[in-house]
This record gives sequence, structure tokens and C-alpha cells, in this order.
Amino acid sequence: MTDTRRSQALHAGVILLLIALFFVLPAYHVGNLARILVLAVYAMGYNLLFGYTGLLSLGHALFFAAGMYGLGMTMQFFDLDPATAFGSGLIAALVVSAVVGFLALRTSGVAFMIVTLMFAQAGYLTILYFGEYTRGDEGFVIQQAERVFAGFDLTGPTERYVAALLLFSVCFSLIAYIVQSPFGRSLVAIRENEERAKMLGYDVVRHKLKAVIISGVMSGAAGAGYALLFGYAGATFATVQYSILPLLWVLLGGAGVTIGPLIGTAFMFYLIDYSSSITTAYMLVAGVVLVLLTLFAPQGLAGEIRKRALPWLP
Amino acid sequence: MNKKNTIISSITRRTALKALGAGTIVASGALPRLGGYAQAQSSEPIKIGFQVHRTGIGAAYGRWYDRTTNAAAQRINDMGGINGRPVEIIAEDDGTDPKRGAEVVEKFATQHGCDIAFGTLFSHVVFGSAPRAGELKIPYFVVSEGHHVASGKLNRYTLQPGITDVKSQVQAMAPFVSDNLGKKVTMIFPDFAFGHDHRDYFSEAIERQGGEVVAKIAIPPTETSFTKYFPNIPRDTEVVYHVMVGPAVLTFVKELGEFFGPSRPEIFGFIDSLEAVDINSPGLEFLEGTYFWEGMPRYAQPDQTSHDKAYRAAVGVDDNGASTSDAKDVSTFAHMFGCWETLNIVKKGMEAADYKGPDDRAKLIEAVEAMSDMPLSDDHPQGAKLFNGKTHQAFGHQYISKVKDGRLDLSHTTSIEDTFYDDEVDYTKQPF
Repeated sequence: MTDTRRSQALHAGVILLLIALFFVLPAYHVGNLARILVLAVYAMGYNLLFGYTGLLSLGHALFFAAGMYGLGMTMQFFDLDPATAFGSGLIAALVVSAVVGFLALRTSGVAFMIVTLMFAQAGYLTILYFGEYTRGDEGFVIQQAERVFAGFDLTGPTERYVAALLLFSVCFSLIAYIVQSPFGRSLVAIRENEERAKMLGYDVVRHKLKAVIISGVMSGAAGAGYALLFGYAGATFATVQYSILPLLWVLLGGAGVTIGPLIGTAFMFYLIDYSSSITTAYMLVAGVVLVLLTLFAPQGLAGEIRKRALPWLP
Repeated sequence: MNKKNTIISSITRRTALKALGAGTIVASGALPRLGGYAQAQSSEPIKIGFQVHRTGIGAAYGRWYDRTTNAAAQRINDMGGINGRPVEIIAEDDGTDPKRGAEVVEKFATQHGCDIAFGTLFSHVVFGSAPRAGELKIPYFVVSEGHHVASGKLNRYTLQPGITDVKSQVQAMAPFVSDNLGKKVTMIFPDFAFGHDHRDYFSEAIERQGGEVVAKIAIPPTETSFTKYFPNIPRDTEVVYHVMVGPAVLTFVKELGEFFGPSRPEIFGFIDSLEAVDINSPGLEFLEGTYFWEGMPRYAQPDQTSHDKAYRAAVGVDDNGASTSDAKDVSTFAHMFGCWETLNIVKKGMEAADYKGPDDRAKLIEAVEAMSDMPLSDDHPQGAKLFNGKTHQAFGHQYISKVKDGRLDLSHTTSIEDTFYDDEVDYTKQPF
């Protein structure tokens, strides 16, 4: 079996597994998994930029929030249907990521981290500044009756899971396709040795800008999906904490591996969920686990699997 | 709206399983969980999911909400429980985060099998969690003082019967400020939703009293130094109204004192700024002689009721509003009574509805909606209240205290009528 076939089988298998889990997991975990799938889309978007292109952004919450507010505000003020509003969320994320990418890519390394962080902070403060419309930190609810698409009530557990799985599957397949395409390979080349990629004739800046935009739109899709499926948009999602989270998910799951973000997001979710029911110092537990993983599995869970057993993992 | 009419009945996993012909092997694992909640046995405890801010920005409040809730549950159990069943508090930390808040509500409903969810304070967590409560059809009793419930932005499953909301609190202050402190008010508030509520509701209310807000000074939430904002306070200001929150409040007060020196205008603030903070902390000397709104007087007053006394004893709060075991551990006294009163309302509601289990959740909500008068009693030590079943919001007395010799002495108690405003929603018309 070729590596491409193996990769296709793996990605199809993950999606089939997620379908199967819906039928066997208890209701609580089905609800959790729907959340994890949406957040994993965010992590996958982040992974494309960080894991495959080597650009460490500290401002991805801006893209997530752009998608969230792009959907939420248009539903709130223009009474758009969920599908059109979802499209608005994607467009908002596209515009924001294009502008941020255009400006931030004039820098690199630590400066890139700081510039993206500052853009995200400016985005957060903008949401607060226009509190009259955004309701600032308090946020706003997207009512249950509005979250109906083509006759399907997206607040029902089945419909929500199907919608989350659909969003995840599309993004998961897209990422798998991109990273194995010539474009994806060139991103990895840039990550490994930018000067050499430049010398070989690649338009490095254009490639990186494309990566920022795809990453930003995918993060925006996750933000819009979260608002639509869970009925809330708020400035909390634009805070720096929500820029750090996808970094942690990707580091835990495995940067530069397509299944890494899903594994990392699920792992972190349940780590907090279980440890918080044992102790109030659950963030300490999470911190210790993160340190141990960094020491003993520096490439993340999926990264270790690739290193030790499955070198063909894309 | 057509959108509402086109909602098809929710597809259950049972129907999905049938459609896929997955067979009995898979179904046998899933079906027991698909049948909804089994009616609780009469001897089983009433499970109350307590969404508590143990970490994050609300942690100081959460600690005292936790103590008050446990004390209220203990008292209810000592009195024989609810419908003969003991009350069990199942607490989960929401990190004062709306995303985690929604996850916690889901955990209460689908994993712990709680009868209700309860106890949220911070408005953004309420906003983040209420949609899930509505979807999961679990009654969600918040103790937040936000105007979110009465504004109609939430749903029929969300109620706030144990604490008044910010709109009623703020507007009830206007007559006192106008009659006793002055008519020209400068407002200093944090530039986010909580501050905007104060700005909007108080501005309207003071104008109705013949006063005016001469300046509105919004402070960005990330600000750590305030001196540069104070020159914007007009010279003809008679009253400074402040409602700063967070750790920067000590700096705010200190710098305000340095700015005005001995010749200051009257100063009125909301105690939210100084909940869990000792009024005698270094740097707060400038507050001497200023006024504060209090949801419930922190210091035991000369005319202390037996209900206040019993409540303090049960929760473990001394006459200065601090923990009986640690005088430096100051409580969030102006808010935490809401947990106590809400649980007593839940008890009455469950008894009126003859609540037996989650199948009776709608009956519980109807029973609470039917409530109106809540007289001053051991169940309602903060004071009498009127509950509006249509808006799911309680209305009650507000207290204004003056800082005198390092204590908060009660100066004025508003009437309940001062806190009324027109209904903005009728939740009873929403289907369950």
C-alpha cells in the first residue's frame, strides 16, 4: 500500500470512527465530542500555519472571533439564515486574515508572534469598544429558533453532532489534501529552510500569506460553527487565552501531523474535565501533564506515533 | 416566523440507529441512555448542579457562593430536605468562562443527572450557559444580578428569583443621589457591558429625578492608572458615581483621593468594587464619608433582624462581614445571599409542584413562575421581595450605606417599588 493510500485510509477511518462513536458513546460524551470536533477545526487551522509552515501565531483568537462575530452579528442584525451567516463568518475571517497576514508577514520569528498577538488584542478591544452592538464581554445569545437550517434544528443532539462532524470532515479532508499537495510540500520546505526554499525559486511570502489565509478561514469556520451550534458569541473567545489554546492542542497532539489537532483537543478537554472533578487545582494537573509530555513526547502524541511506528503519517 | 414553523422534530439517536439498521448489538449499549431520565426514586437525593466560579476572575465570589450554598443546603436537609428527599450539591468549577460554563451545564444534565443547575454569577458565563440549559431543558437558576434574564434575551428555563438585577438596583439609586448628594453627576465606569449597563440605566433614572449626568468617563478594562482621566471630571460635578471592578480598584480609589485632596464632591459607588475587600485596607482611607450601594449590608446594623443573625451564623460570617474563622477573609456579602434565597425558592417550588424527578422540571418552573410575595424571613434574610413570573426576575429592597469610622453604616433603604420597571418579556408565553 502506498503512503497516499495509507493516508486516505487513515483519514476515512478517523471519520468512520467518529460516526461510530456517536452510536456507542453516552449522551454526555457525544455532546463533548461535538464541541471537540468544532474546536479541533480551530486547531487544524492553527496546525497548518504552525505545524506545517513554521509560523507561530499568538493571535489566532482574532480569526476565531472574526468567524464567530461574522456569523453572530449578521444573524442578529440582518436576520440572515444560518447558512448565509456562516458564509459571512468565513468572509469576515478571510478579510481579517488577509489583512493581518499582509502586515504581519513583513516580520518573522519573535516579531511575528508579537505582531499577531497585538492584532488579536486590538481585535478584542475593538469588540469591547463597539459594545453597543457586540455586547462586549457579556456577549449575546443566538436563540434556538434562529439556529434552524433547511428544517433541521441544529440544537438537537443528533443534528448538532452531524453538523460538527460535517464541518470537521470537510476541514480534515481539506488539510489532508493540502499538506500532501505540492503547495503543502512547499510550506514544509519553507518551515525546514526558508532561505533554501527561496533560493529554489518559491515565492515564499505568497505561500506564507496563502497559509495564513487558509489557516485564518479555517479558524473562522470553527468560530462560526461554535456560535451556531452552541448559541453564544462573546468577547472571551477573542482573548489571548483562546490564542494560546490551539497552540497547546497542537503541541499536545502533534504539530505537523494531520490527526494531531484532534488528538490534542480531545486530550486537553478530558484532562481538564476529569481533573476538575478531582481537584480545584486542575490547571496545575494540566500543567504537569503538559510538562511531562513536552519532556517525554516532545513531538506530541501523534508525532511520537509517527516517529516510533508510522513514519508515513502526513 | 417561518423558521420556527419549519423546525422538524429532533432526530434521536434511536431513529438514526433504526435508519442505519445498526442492529441490537450497538443499540443495547446505547438505548439505556436514550430513554431520557428515569423518574427518580423517592429516597434519592435531589441533585443540584452548582456552577461555581472556583477559578478565574470570579474566584473570590465563588468561594463565598460555595460556602453560602453549602450552608443553605445543610439547613434545608436539617429541616427534612425537599419533599422528604435530601439535597445534594454537585459543584463543578466553570473557571468563570462562558465556554466551560456551557460544558458544565451539559455535564450536570447529561452526566450527573442533576435536577436543576444553579448558582452562576458572572453575566458572560450566564449568557454562554443559558442556551445549553434551554436546549437540555434543565431549569437554570442564576444568581447573577445581570439584567440578562429580565431583558428577554435568555429562555424559559433560566430564572433569577433570588437576587435583584442591575437595572432595578441602579435606577433605585437615582432618587437618593438626587435628593441627598447632588443633581450633577459624573459617572466613571469600566468600558465594558457591566459599566455600560450602569451608564445607561443610571443616566435615564437621574434625568427622571431632574438631575443630569454631566460627564461619562469610560475606563478601558486594561487600564492600571487612572489619574489621567480625572481632569475630565467637570468642575461643577456635585457627585462622582463610580463602579470600578477588579484588582485595579485600590489604585483607582488612591489616585482619586490624591486628585481631589480634602475638597472632594460627594462620592457614590457600588460595593461590587470592594466585595471581598476589607474597607479598612491601606489606600481606601479616602472612602471615609462616601456612599455605597449594598445588596445586603455587610456590617450588622443596630436594628439587625433575627433573620440576618441566623443567616450569618449559618454561613459563618461575623458582624463585620468577614469569616468567623478568619477576620481577614471578607465575604461577598452584598451578593451571596442570592444563593441562600434561591435554594429556598427552589425548595418551595419543588414542594408546590410535587416535584419527583426531571420529568417534572416544567412543573417546577411553572410553580416558581406562580410565586409573587416573598416576605422577609429566615428564607429571605436580605429582605422582602416580589417575584415577577413573567420576566423570571425578583425585585427587592436596595441598601445605601455610608463609610463611617471604617464601617459601612446603613443610611437608606429603598422601597421595592423604586426598583420596578416595565416588563420587557413574558417568558410564560414561551413553550417548554
